Amino acid sequence: MIEDAREPARPYRRPFVAHSVVMNPEDLRRALVRIAHEIVERNHGTESLVIVGLQTGGAPFARRLAELLHEISGNAIPFGLLDVTLYRDDIGTRPVVAHSPSEIPIDLTGRVVVIVDDVLFTGRTVRAALDALADHGRARAVQLAVIVDRGHRELPIRPDYIGKNLPTRLDETVEVSEEGVVIGVFEDAQRSAPVGSHEGGAR
Amino acid sequence: MIDEMQEPRNLVSIEDLGRDGILEVLRESETFVEVASRRMPKVPALRGKTVATVFFEKSTRTRLSFEMAAKRLSADTLTVDISASSMSKGESLRDTLETIDALGVDAIVMRHHSSGAAVQAARWVKACVINAGDGQHEHPTQALLDAFTLREAIRSARGTDVEDLDGCRVAIVGDIRHSRVARSNVLALSALGARVTLVGPSELLPVSVEGWPIEAATEELDAVLASTDACYVLRIQHERMADAGLSDLREYRRSFGLTVERARGLAPGAWIMHPGPLNRGVEIDSQVADGPNSLIRAQVRNGVPVRMAVLFRLLGRSRDIEEVIGDGRG
Repeated sequence: MIEDAREPARPYRRPFVAHSVVMNPEDLRRALVRIAHEIVERNHGTESLVIVGLQTGGAPFARRLAELLHEISGNAIPFGLLDVTLYRDDIGTRPVVAHSPSEIPIDLTGRVVVIVDDVLFTGRTVRAALDALADHGRARAVQLAVIVDRGHRELPIRPDYIGKNLPTRLDETVEVSEEGVVIGVFEDAQRSAPVGSHEGGAR
Repeated sequence: MIDEMQEPRNLVSIEDLGRDGILEVLRESETFVEVASRRMPKVPALRGKTVATVFFEKSTRTRLSFEMAAKRLSADTLTVDISASSMSKGESLRDTLETIDALGVDAIVMRHHSSGAAVQAARWVKACVINAGDGQHEHPTQALLDAFTLREAIRSARGTDVEDLDGCRVAIVGDIRHSRVARSNVLALSALGARVTLVGPSELLPVSVEGWPIEAATEELDAVLASTDACYVLRIQHERMADAGLSDLREYRRSFGLTVERARGLAPGAWIMHPGPLNRGVEIDSQVADGPNSLIRAQVRNGVPVRMAVLFRLLGRSRDIEEVIGDGRG
């Protein structure tokens, strides 16, 4: 079910074997509500805030967060989507994943941008996102919200808002969707993943 | 070396892509349309890659469009001007291409007057070869940008994001037999579900249309206008008049020119397309080419994002896809 929902974005077709459910939809809802309140507290309101979801995993959560912030503050919060495919540092070393256009409705200059993604892992997607954001204006500040922080950072990047800290093994994969958070492995990854390698392993 | 074990990745013919490949290029082109709309319309995707445009035939728009696309992807570009190169000193095509390849370029965008030159080039060089027109064979990126432009027009007219060109009736008018644009377009448009009719003097229609994925081939332009959603007018060359048994371009215009009077016979809202450059007053009248239903400007505009999609598709992917695992999240 979860796998089907994300299938189009995947360059591989190995079966995903779920090991444990770590968050159910209700847990997710509570985490998002908490993050929304933390965003308001940290920024003393919602003025000049922009919520930007990373295509495609961060998009539904960014949308939910923008709605929650609207409910809390009474102000409509600008909401955008950012595709980082063209800014990645591993272009040419991996399959090209079909990308979706970015939709940034306003100039980000002077705004406080909250980037939203589903899983924080190596930090490389966020690095690419910071470069991509800069092409849409000079934000006053950029903050990072993630549903799951699974560790194994390869760059000096840390999140400002976290749904759940989830220590994982490198050969595990974390699946996040609106139906919840599941840890598992891709079947043959158990045998062949070059653990510790930067090139391989499920991200 | 891994590289030597891999199939070279080229775009020589529309058939290299197939329907799924065409749809992927069109989808990825949308990303680049968004990039083009920004105040900062450039992305770092192909930093460190080099794209050589090697044109053995005159061209302004195609070369400019490819170079613009490469630069907006942050690739370096080399412009090989063949009239000024060693070719004029008698160097062979193969030597010229192998020399450019040996410099370490990642892609060669090539136009040549011989049909099949791009296929041949792809055998000789390690770089990706992109066919920018080879003789009377193909001009695949032109067909891709035409398909993208037509789909964009359909989407905007219907207010819904159709995936392909299903049922769209396209008439391609002119010198079909010698036109690489016509050949690539027939393949691309029909693969996306369009119903293509070829129109021209019989001497300029294909000798046999057997195996061409078309509805019909006819000499009667006036008869098809009313049942056409898009009229694709080809550039006509003076040199072809003798082949066609016509005395001159004026006679061609009388039967096959999309004149103001003739355009009145088109179905309401029918689109006008042309690959350029235009012979105004010959195959098409200015008022038609510049009229409200003309997509000719959009074709030129879409050339850059569509070629960005092609370049990124060929140069941005792994040399060895099977070796790479993981989905890039994190």
